[in-house]
Amino acid sequence: MSETTTVTEPIVVEEGETRPGFAGQNVPRKEDKRLVQGEGVFFDDVKRHNMGYVHFVRSPYAHAKIRSVDVSKALEHPGVFGTMTGDEVALLTDPFFQISSPPGAHLKDFCLAVGKARFVGEPVAAVVASTREIARDASELVEVDYEPLPVISDAREALGEDAPVLHDDAGTNLTWEGVYEWGDLDQAFAEADRVVKISELHFDRFNSTPLECNGALVEFNRGTGQWTIITNNQFPGFAAIMMGPAMRVGLDKLRFVTQDIGGGFGNKITSHPQLVACCLLARKLKRPVQWTEWRTDFHLSMSHGNERWFQDTEVAVKEDGTLLGFRTTALDDAGAWLRYEPLGGVIWAQVTPGMYRWRHIRLDFKQVVTNKAPVSPNRGYSRMQHLWFTERIIDIVAHELGLDPVEVRKRNYIKAEEMPYETPNGCIYDSGDYSKMLDVALDLIGYDELDTKRVDAESRGKLLGLGIGSTLDSGTNNFGQSRLINPELQFSGNNEVATVKLDIFGEIVVTLGTTPQGQSHETTASQVVADILGCSIDDVNVRAGHDSYWNSHAGFSGTYASQFAVTGLGAVKGATDMLAGEMRKLASVVLGCAPEDIELADGQARMKANPEAALPFMALGAIINANNAGLPEDLDVTLNCRYVYRPPFDPPDVERKYGNLTLTYAAQIHVAVVEIDPETGVYEVVDYAAVDDCGKRINPQVVEGQVMGATAQALGAATHETFTYDEDGNLLTPNFYDYHVPHALDMPPIATGNIESPSPFTSMGTKGMGEGGGAGIHAVCAALQDALSSRGKPVVYDSCNPYHRVWELLSDPEASRQRVSVEAG
Amino acid sequence: MEGNGAHRAVETSKTITVGVNGTTYEREVESRRLLVHLIRDDLDLTGTHVGCDTGNCGACSVILNGTLVKSCMLLAVQADGAEIETVEGLAEEEQLSSLQQAFSDHHALQCGYCTPGMLMSATALLRENSSPSDEEISKAIQGNICRCTGYWNIVKAIKAASGQEVSE
Repeated sequence: MSETTTVTEPIVVEEGETRPGFAGQNVPRKEDKRLVQGEGVFFDDVKRHNMGYVHFVRSPYAHAKIRSVDVSKALEHPGVFGTMTGDEVALLTDPFFQISSPPGAHLKDFCLAVGKARFVGEPVAAVVASTREIARDASELVEVDYEPLPVISDAREALGEDAPVLHDDAGTNLTWEGVYEWGDLDQAFAEADRVVKISELHFDRFNSTPLECNGALVEFNRGTGQWTIITNNQFPGFAAIMMGPAMRVGLDKLRFVTQDIGGGFGNKITSHPQLVACCLLARKLKRPVQWTEWRTDFHLSMSHGNERWFQDTEVAVKEDGTLLGFRTTALDDAGAWLRYEPLGGVIWAQVTPGMYRWRHIRLDFKQVVTNKAPVSPNRGYSRMQHLWFTERIIDIVAHELGLDPVEVRKRNYIKAEEMPYETPNGCIYDSGDYSKMLDVALDLIGYDELDTKRVDAESRGKLLGLGIGSTLDSGTNNFGQSRLINPELQFSGNNEVATVKLDIFGEIVVTLGTTPQGQSHETTASQVVADILGCSIDDVNVRAGHDSYWNSHAGFSGTYASQFAVTGLGAVKGATDMLAGEMRKLASVVLGCAPEDIELADGQARMKANPEAALPFMALGAIINANNAGLPEDLDVTLNCRYVYRPPFDPPDVERKYGNLTLTYAAQIHVAVVEIDPETGVYEVVDYAAVDDCGKRINPQVVEGQVMGATAQALGAATHETFTYDEDGNLLTPNFYDYHVPHALDMPPIATGNIESPSPFTSMGTKGMGEGGGAGIHAVCAALQDALSSRGKPVVYDSCNPYHRVWELLSDPEASRQRVSVEAG
Repeated sequence: MEGNGAHRAVETSKTITVGVNGTTYEREVESRRLLVHLIRDDLDLTGTHVGCDTGNCGACSVILNGTLVKSCMLLAVQADGAEIETVEGLAEEEQLSSLQQAFSDHHALQCGYCTPGMLMSATALLRENSSPSDEEISKAIQGNICRCTGYWNIVKAIKAASGQEVSE
């Protein structure tokens, strides 16, 4: 394990330079040259002759019967090529496959609303025209006769006896529920000296709002029956298995193509309904169609993060702050459709105990549908909600029992010497030293001078507080966990693919199965390849983007869930090791020695004992590809190697809900310092430290960049970002005016630190990372609670605390205190 | 519904001339066409991006007659006769400008979607202020949203491009 608190300057790699050990260095990014010149290719940059522009007609009602849809006036509008309605879709497609067991399994989800609209912004019809503007105009001529229905805009009302039911096919709004219990709760509460009860906590609804919205250019080849979908969907493997059966076609009929993607953060996983609509339109209208989602449409309808209520929580604690266990009910608001859900109902369990050693845990998970936009993965998906909850427990317990939050954490953190650590539900935390990370973070923030800073703030009329967020970024999913949601599902494990070949002129070409959105895959992959083949970074050509025709993808290919450093680079390493073996074998045949006598270095295959006897890569490539007469018949060398990385997983035990749900567990400890103006509730994050441990870092600068970016997103979510609905189901924050994301001036100074605890379970000691920013939400909540403690000890109960909420806590602390009580055990 | 598309186009469109990165273009555009769509769709200069529909995100920032503007907030016809600079004009013969190079050196971009707008805002800043402070840089890019980097590396890159020392 090594420790650094600064990121070194990028090293200068001279053109054509070869040197050992690119992995671990700040190699400049291969992606940058095109992107800083505006020469990236994002989906909306691609044009086709005679393409039509798609505009969706969206429901203005949160819940309404659709009596009729009349497109005749739109069709008469000059420049309009055609339309599509829910009635057509119901004939042409089958409902999307549902991940859920019943009753969620019974939902009938189509790409356009059929019979009923269930949230404001739901696509009801589509219009295609010769320009974006005409498509938009004509969509206003589509006449939809709605019959408004009662609305559920609060998950807590979804289970009421008189609550309107969103989906008659399910017969209830409770679409999935599961009881998770491990350890012995009775024993834990019997042993407890104190029981801390928290009636309700709320994790707010927001998402990462990637700057590029969703979209696609879709072409249909009538001769072959194949669609080419140029899109920014970040998980084409998932989109394909959703789209193929719905469209009644085999998956090879769906070619997904991507080059550059303008941010994803999970929010671009569930665009499959819109992609199906585009496919149907391209086939119907016999022309390419192009759909670019408007920002307002993205906010209204796409991929909100899971909103979650934690109710009736009880925590068993010893007098000294030792945590024994907890029980709670998690009420999860899925929005109107289960587009990736109810996977959120199990994903949280990857980090069941957080970073802590408590062994007795019960969580009743209930997921309901409401008249809001459907949720789907958002950076930190489902673990962020749960970890916010466990961190709130730590700070509320410390607060109520008069204990130091730093001490409570250190007392209860899983210890470095206990790694690998098996959690109560069978997850294997691979490595880490959480206490040490906390020390580094506190050192970065100047914890020793906290009292002085507090006094200084008071002298300026401000309340200062410090808060800690300890989170895990569990990466490389074992998809077997889906069976805890639905035992009928036939998913388990994970995989990713890379191909590496040596071409005729000695060119090394790497193809990935992933769909990066800024994660620097071209750069980090080339670092791994160059190290193995003994060549320069410039010699490695990593194809930009993803194309399912490249045949370098598998069922779980994509870029999501913190895994590239394990799965993607694992595949790259596997394929490159294969290629290196073939190159040695070929060189040994040509040079007349054993393969073991050959080394790869300086862009050559040469004899170790006699470096003069060398074949440049170009010679090897030429021999196999163009000059192969006379080679031994049994020489099994193609110089074109495909490797599927498959992490070591077993399917989890469905009965006990037990097993290792992810391969790696990167850790983050963030510390925030806030200053509040007690007169107004306005506050500022004045200081911030983020310490990350994702095992071996292939490119530290890339890791630090994602830590900083995730932190900014967390600060936005903690302070301002929220998808707020009124009681009629109208979204009140449908654009960047009302939905305030951090701008440059909003950013506090951020000190970053790092510890490297290599994973013992991965081929290079790496861990997936990128989603750890949830730590910032917890850190800000805890800092606010600390700062406010002298003002009636209010309890921070929501993940999002805009100034007005802080003002409420200041002006009526007792209202928040009603939520918490402490009883003798 | 009277008329047809061609008739409407003649009635409501206008021929304009714009200079972009030193090249003069003449195009017939619909009166309501946004400048950003002229640049992206008609001139095929796709480095300028669209990230919102309310003028908040700055991905479409370009320099028009020397002034930084958001090209989604102007109609194309308003740019008639103007000289426009876009991201495609920053590098000279494939040689990155010092600003572009600084963005790469300091890892000031991840997905690269906001980058063209950031670069144009930074270009406009550095013309007015050759040695800006962190605060001045943050203020100059406050109209540009980045969702990947957390901004600090962008601030560093702009500062470095101005020739100032940058702490790591």
